[in-house]
Amino acid sequence: MVRLVFLGKLADLAGAGAMDINGTETLKWESLLAMLAPDLAQTLQGDKVRVALNGEVLPDKTALVAAPGSEVAFFPPVSGG
Amino acid sequence: MKDVRLLDMPFDPAAAIDHFAADKGDAGGVASFVGKVRPTGGVEALELSHYAPLTLPGMEALADEALVRFDLMGLLIVHRSGLLYPGDPIVLVAAASRHRRDAISAVDFTMDHLKSDAWFWKREKRSDGWHWIEPREADYADIQRWQ
Repeated sequence: MVRLVFLGKLADLAGAGAMDINGTETLKWESLLAMLAPDLAQTLQGDKVRVALNGEVLPDKTALVAAPGSEVAFFPPVSGG
Repeated sequence: MKDVRLLDMPFDPAAAIDHFAADKGDAGGVASFVGKVRPTGGVEALELSHYAPLTLPGMEALADEALVRFDLMGLLIVHRSGLLYPGDPIVLVAAASRHRRDAISAVDFTMDHLKSDAWFWKREKRSDGWHWIEPREADYADIQRWQ
């Protein structure tokens, strides 16, 4: 299983703040996108969306390799303060 | 030296500043900024979400950067998460230093980074529902000043 976490407006688009992808496969970027709704997958590919694997932000999200048990988080532009 | 907090409950900025300043007797000055939910403009509520693996560690790293960059005797960052209402404090940054410039600049630097380079996502509830807030161009321009 790989857990996906969606922050901010991405949670609205995904329909939930988190979802689990069951299975024992290691997921790469393209195979992960193929499992998601097309509009969500398209948004996640945009330049403004950043991705973290197990709490580490990836310099290149397309190089994602998510082993079973890992957590992949998707971030839209941040806004604090 | 640094005190960094992520709170999911309301806090009292004045009490936090007093407490911060109390053991900084050698400091020549304390500068602070408090950001609040605007009481005007039709915002009924504001919600801040965060991502636990990154948000507090990121705030700690920002505090460390400010401590390297400015000559400080202490730095306090308090940031809310969760549901807030008009008038509620969202963020407090306070810095103590021997001379005013370092304290004032450290607060300015830290606020600019919290606005558009910290792991928070903000949405506002207006009469027509919830709206996600993205940084304004001015927020990105503000952070460029420090590079």
